Amino acid sequence: MIAWVRQMLGSEWRERASAESRLLPQGKLSGPMPWVIAIMIGLTVIASASGLALRNTARVASVDVAGGVTVQIVHGAPRERDRQAQAALAVIRAQPGVASARLVPQAELDALVEPWLGTHAGDDINALPVPALIDVRLSSGADKARLESLRARIAEKAPAARVDAQASWLAPVFEAIGALQLLAGGLIALLAFATVASVLLASRNALGNHRGTIEIVHMLGGTDAQIARIFQRSMAVDAAAGGIGGLLLGGIATALLGRQFAALGSGMMTSVGLGWTDWAVIACIPVAGVLLAVFTARLAVLNALRRML
Amino acid sequence: MSQNDNAEIVHFDNVGLRYGTGKEVLTDISFTLYPGQFYFLTGASGAGKTSLLKLLYLAQRPSRGLIRMFGTDAITLPRERLPTLRRRLGVVFQDFRLVPHLSAFDNVALPLRVAGMAERDIARPVADMLDWVGLGDRSHARPATLSGGEQQRVAIARAVIGRPDMLVADEPTGNVDPEMALKLLRLFEALNRLGTTVVVATHDIHLIRKVPESLIMRLDKGRLSDPTGALRYPPRRRFAEPAEAGA
Repeated sequence: MIAWVRQMLGSEWRERASAESRLLPQGKLSGPMPWVIAIMIGLTVIASASGLALRNTARVASVDVAGGVTVQIVHGAPRERDRQAQAALAVIRAQPGVASARLVPQAELDALVEPWLGTHAGDDINALPVPALIDVRLSSGADKARLESLRARIAEKAPAARVDAQASWLAPVFEAIGALQLLAGGLIALLAFATVASVLLASRNALGNHRGTIEIVHMLGGTDAQIARIFQRSMAVDAAAGGIGGLLLGGIATALLGRQFAALGSGMMTSVGLGWTDWAVIACIPVAGVLLAVFTARLAVLNALRRML
Repeated sequence: MSQNDNAEIVHFDNVGLRYGTGKEVLTDISFTLYPGQFYFLTGASGAGKTSLLKLLYLAQRPSRGLIRMFGTDAITLPRERLPTLRRRLGVVFQDFRLVPHLSAFDNVALPLRVAGMAERDIARPVADMLDWVGLGDRSHARPATLSGGEQQRVAIARAVIGRPDMLVADEPTGNVDPEMALKLLRLFEALNRLGTTVVVATHDIHLIRKVPESLIMRLDKGRLSDPTGALRYPPRRRFAEPAEAGA
């Protein structure tokens, strides 16, 4: 293996590669391939970055709400509402597996409803049946059985209580994120397919253009592997150039999009971001593109050559 | 199997060739070529010379019959092993088949590069060969800028540069002046003396007369006749075989 690597990197290999590269005109084999590959890689980078960012968003949000339970005391009489809230809070705190339970202060509630109800002079917010809220954090996830048990215990002391897992409110959002992730995956698969198709077409076109030369090389004892190597090398150069261009294009577009989302200031959107492992995955996309293009070109050329004697 | 079977370089047995569903262009071709012999393949235009040469340089498989080359069954040989046989052949195509984007030098160097020879070992023999065919000063010229005769000389230089075991040439002197034709013929003879079997397809009777020790195969409407006994066993020799040279 080591000897093989040495041979590959050695002057003998470089000489042979140089000699083989002269058998067919280099740089004219695949025409606009670098541009096509740059576009494909650029789009793949954007789709992958979007998929990864959505995954990160879903992950952060699900961690945030995983053990969250909201208890609302919905009662028209403020005094009774406050009594039931205190009773429910005591019940909750007495339950095992409750990490924290907090009665949301009135000022915080007022701030929450302010955008809808306003704070003009003379407004009497207390006259409105705004529920009391208890924010509960369970040490483990708020699964259905746990929620039912909590609901039953609270109902004994606070019949006006409504107990909901916070995750259930975000379920449609998670479903939408999952669908978008699937869409990103589908786009990546389609782009890979389009890349393969482009490389196949380019290889066939190049083979057609150089059929005469290839026949001569065959007649002089050239092997299929030699001829395939020439096409592979040319495709690798084109794909590498296109891959770097596409990575830059996609990387810049992703960074700009990330800044736009960060500027929204929304709680969920600010968590949209890419970690260094995500960028490492994205950096691998051009490498995968080059490998895919080279492998496709090799298969296409060998397949076409097999039809020659 | 006769005692000379091991020495044979090419053996055709009852070979027929048809293109597609057309009629046979070669019928019942049987002959044996021996190392170190000089053969002329002659016949009228359309007699099947080029088709027979295509079989000889492995560009075509026959429709029927057996072909053995260098002791290997060329009919059943897997195609991935054909390059090994082809590297033992030198071919001068009737239409030259030079690679248009390569210079004369690179065209001549092509068989050596295909064979994997190191670049440092290529420059000198290629330059010498181009000098020999009188194209030393045109080594950087592309085929499109060369005359027909010059292209033919490049094609011949390419065919002989690798010192093949067998040289197959289709009308190799058709586009050159008589002086150059004679010079090229002398090159073929020199190669032949070094042990290369030479097969030259031509209608030029003057050329055939200039190699009195040659053996002649004549094709007539796709069938082979044998005016000099080249195909008989043992061949009626004008050129003694090494084993019998002292006899």
